[in-house]
Amino acid sequence: MFRDPKDQAKLAGVTLHHFHGGLQLRHNKRVSCELPIERAAPPERFYVPLLQHSGQEARPIVAAGQHVLKGEAIACFEHLGSGCLHAPASGTVSAIGTHPISHPSGFDGRCVVIEPDGLNQWTELHPVDNWQQADPDDLRQVIRSAGIVGLGGAVFPTAHKVDEASRRGIHTLILNGAECEPYISCDEMLMREQPASIILGARILQRAVGARRTVIAIEDQMGAVHQALQHALLESDAAEIDIVKVTTIYPEGGEKQLIQVLTGLEVPSGGRPTDLGLLCQNVATATAVARAVTEGKPLVERVVTVTGSGVRRPRNLLAPIGTPISVLVEQSDGYTDDAARLVLGGPMMGYALASDANPVIKAANCILVLSMDEIRPPQPEMPCIRCGECARVCPAVLQPQQLQWTVRHGLWDESVSAGLADCIECGCCDYVCPSHIPLVEWFRHGKSELRRLEAEHLAADSARQRFEAREARLDRLKQERRRRMEEKKRALGEGQEKQKRIADAIERARSRRQENP
Amino acid sequence: MFTAVILFTVLGSLLGLGLGWAAQKFRVETDPVVDRIDAILPQTQCGQCDYPGCRPYAEAIASGEAPINQCPPGGEAGIRALADLLGVEPLPLNPDNGQEQPRRVAVIDESACIGCTLCIQACPVDAILGAAKRMHTVIEAECTGCDLCLPPCPVDCIAMVPRQSPWAWPRPGQNTRLGASANSMPVQAGGG
Amino acid sequence: MIRRFDTGGAPHFPPQTTVRGVMLQVIYALLPGVIAHAWFFGPGIVVQILLACGFALLFEALCLTIRRRPLKLFLSDFSAPLTALLFALCLPPLAPWWIALVGMFFAIVIAKHVFGGLGHNLFNPAMVGYVVVLISFPQFMTAWLPALELASWTPTLGQVLSTIATGHPPGGLAWDAITGATPLDTIRTSVATGKMISEARLAPIFGDFGGLGWEWIANWYALGGLWLLWRRIISWQVPVTMIGSVVLLGLAAYLADPGSNPAPLQHVFSGALVVGAFFIATDPVSGCASPRGRLIFGAGVGIITLAIRRWGAYPDGVAFAVLLMNMLAPLIDRYTRPRIFGHPA
Repeated sequence: MFRDPKDQAKLAGVTLHHFHGGLQLRHNKRVSCELPIERAAPPERFYVPLLQHSGQEARPIVAAGQHVLKGEAIACFEHLGSGCLHAPASGTVSAIGTHPISHPSGFDGRCVVIEPDGLNQWTELHPVDNWQQADPDDLRQVIRSAGIVGLGGAVFPTAHKVDEASRRGIHTLILNGAECEPYISCDEMLMREQPASIILGARILQRAVGARRTVIAIEDQMGAVHQALQHALLESDAAEIDIVKVTTIYPEGGEKQLIQVLTGLEVPSGGRPTDLGLLCQNVATATAVARAVTEGKPLVERVVTVTGSGVRRPRNLLAPIGTPISVLVEQSDGYTDDAARLVLGGPMMGYALASDANPVIKAANCILVLSMDEIRPPQPEMPCIRCGECARVCPAVLQPQQLQWTVRHGLWDESVSAGLADCIECGCCDYVCPSHIPLVEWFRHGKSELRRLEAEHLAADSARQRFEAREARLDRLKQERRRRMEEKKRALGEGQEKQKRIADAIERARSRRQENP
Repeated sequence: MFTAVILFTVLGSLLGLGLGWAAQKFRVETDPVVDRIDAILPQTQCGQCDYPGCRPYAEAIASGEAPINQCPPGGEAGIRALADLLGVEPLPLNPDNGQEQPRRVAVIDESACIGCTLCIQACPVDAILGAAKRMHTVIEAECTGCDLCLPPCPVDCIAMVPRQSPWAWPRPGQNTRLGASANSMPVQAGGG
Repeated sequence: MIRRFDTGGAPHFPPQTTVRGVMLQVIYALLPGVIAHAWFFGPGIVVQILLACGFALLFEALCLTIRRRPLKLFLSDFSAPLTALLFALCLPPLAPWWIALVGMFFAIVIAKHVFGGLGHNLFNPAMVGYVVVLISFPQFMTAWLPALELASWTPTLGQVLSTIATGHPPGGLAWDAITGATPLDTIRTSVATGKMISEARLAPIFGDFGGLGWEWIANWYALGGLWLLWRRIISWQVPVTMIGSVVLLGLAAYLADPGSNPAPLQHVFSGALVVGAFFIATDPVSGCASPRGRLIFGAGVGIITLAIRRWGAYPDGVAFAVLLMNMLAPLIDRYTRPRIFGHPA
């Protein structure tokens, strides 16, 4: 019917489609939505990690002993053109030291440690005067320097995303409010309490990337959210923004799955939504954009859901980046007696932390404290019985049983052709496996290994090229030298002439030696 | 009984012809075997295999002159990959050629370097930057850890240190350093 | 005050199913059929089941010890008893005890552990065991008892036990005197002697649409199978295509030549077709994994079963059909992989 997928993508949200597999999970969200969002209590110290997403650390641009204001840039990234890290509060930089950094490896890392002075003084802010007339380039620059990253969990630098989007041409912006993982409710509360900010963020982003239309996707069980957003939409004079309810099934909120539901199209493997003329952003990211543009405030805080049966009073808190998790738990009335595991993120995709000294990072959408009953009891793994349940629930239409075989035995070519790179690590397969095989852990390991092997291959190729180039150069030099010797020999002449030239050269050398002893 | 013999002979011939035709029709074009062996070898260009570089060793393997177990940087994994490719039995690494070691890179102690360029001339992949009487330094990304720069250095200022690889998700079931640790994150600082 | 925690991998949800749970549910689903079997043909079948289970667990424990695997974990996963149960259901009720021994040896030791244990067997272990004893002990494996209400002599429990223990019928009776042909046997011999099937069907061993007793057993197996479908332990592809292909091809053959081809329903309700469709061909380890693959697998089993019933030397072909399709399963899987999200068609 449509020759170009982009034409089909323009009708995002008009009809809803289905994605393969998925799971109906118990939400466990209501309990954390009972209280409104509250500001987190200030901690004794903020620990802002310099490594907040994969790749390289940011470079600190402050030193120990320096006084900083809230929102002042304290570290910069050099690559991906992404923005900076900013001070979450005014105070003194007490050190740039090593501390837990809420990283899945459990390793410590370098942090900028700030002791707040309690004044909460903002640095000089430069809001955009009239964003409706502003140049989209300027808007994107503001996004970059505000250090905004995707707050849905992927923490991909937003500036890079919108830059690429505006280069390639976007017709529809999708705001992802379909928070599908159980327990997490930070986006839902944000949409209930600050719907106007989300609409504003949508309009600014729309202008920044040149999109003609925005679709805000929410889950169909978010009744209050729908009302709030509709109300805010009517109040603003926004045109071309639609609110669409999608079915509540995990992992509906995954970017690729959401696009498939809204448009029926699949983001090509190895490609991005911009290939279809679409840009997907989390609703919290939109709020951060609105704040950066209209108030000039960089990203220094985010809403974090503190929940699980291991905390006494689950709730959502507005926490500055760098706040230790222990502070948030304290504000939720502390741990219950059977708190057994601390997870950053949701129960399906989050990773466990070893202590609550770990700080809130930009990716921290949820702090989940689970009791022993709720977490997987350590069960011995059994061999795969090929029941096929994993393949039935996989949203990426993979065969996890085959993938885990190839990864386990290091059959990397087969892993690639079986689609390891397309795994979104949602955990659906793991959840239904009767043999309790840790599938997500295998696939994460497999992808790491593939990246490492890829890097090794590239390095080997480079080494081979350099070696061959060097051999060629040495060969060339040898040839040249041989040619020059032959020329010289020819220039020397034959017989008598040759003898005379040699005798002259010897005489010249002797006289020179006599002059300079 | 004769019918059975004739029947099976005819069947066998037909099937054999069929297989032969299929082998021709469905043949897959592949690189010459030397290239495929060279693609498996790690390109360290160290010479521990007793050949002057990875390509000569690949050619020797292809011609049957050399066994597949002479490459320490390739290690067990490399020998297995070669065995798979050539359809032979994997052999244990020949200890005469060296031991398998974790990847290393060379680091020049700049306070001791005299700028003699002997190491630059020795490096098979041109991974050392420098000139006569100028500071020499190893380009870490290009160093293959072949150790060839160590012998020529007259002041012994080159050391081999383990290469830092970025953190990767471990195999399930292995205990990694989860928990408060004194170890710092193996990262490369951006810029600087 | 820093609080420390133990860590673990994602997902952090309690597991929903276990291997043990899956096997147990299959066993539960078989029980109605077993009860029906005992109702119509006497307690012999229960004795066979107990014998087979015992030998199965014995061989399983032996193999696990030799292979140095955790004993308690694998012995309690109920996979060996399930194999034993499926095997025993194929046996005549008075089969001597060594039939179960040999069968379980080949099923557990050869077909399962030699190939790598749970999850690694290429062939369906129960069917391997059955085929071995079928070919090796033809006289015992064809000694079927007629339905209790038709039998001239019904053994007591004691006589059943003594026959199974000694291999000889009690009281000097000959095997011929106490055994009778199954419905499939009768059809085969009628066709061979040129009798019309419609005539043969008048014999009392034929019930309404299958064999007397056998059709009810098949019904109960089907009920159990439907429950398994509802519980998502098995998927619909194999039963539907297996029974569907038998019905379609059987119908075509019946319409073409009703004299020598039984009606489709007769095919469905005789022999091991229903239990095969829901319990044997759906064995996940030796079958296909992809949905399309399972369609082909089920159809293949149905077609080969019909072919063996019509032209082969054995009255029922389900076991051989399953083993032949097991051979093809990896190949079918390779070519029926579903298209991955985002990959071109």
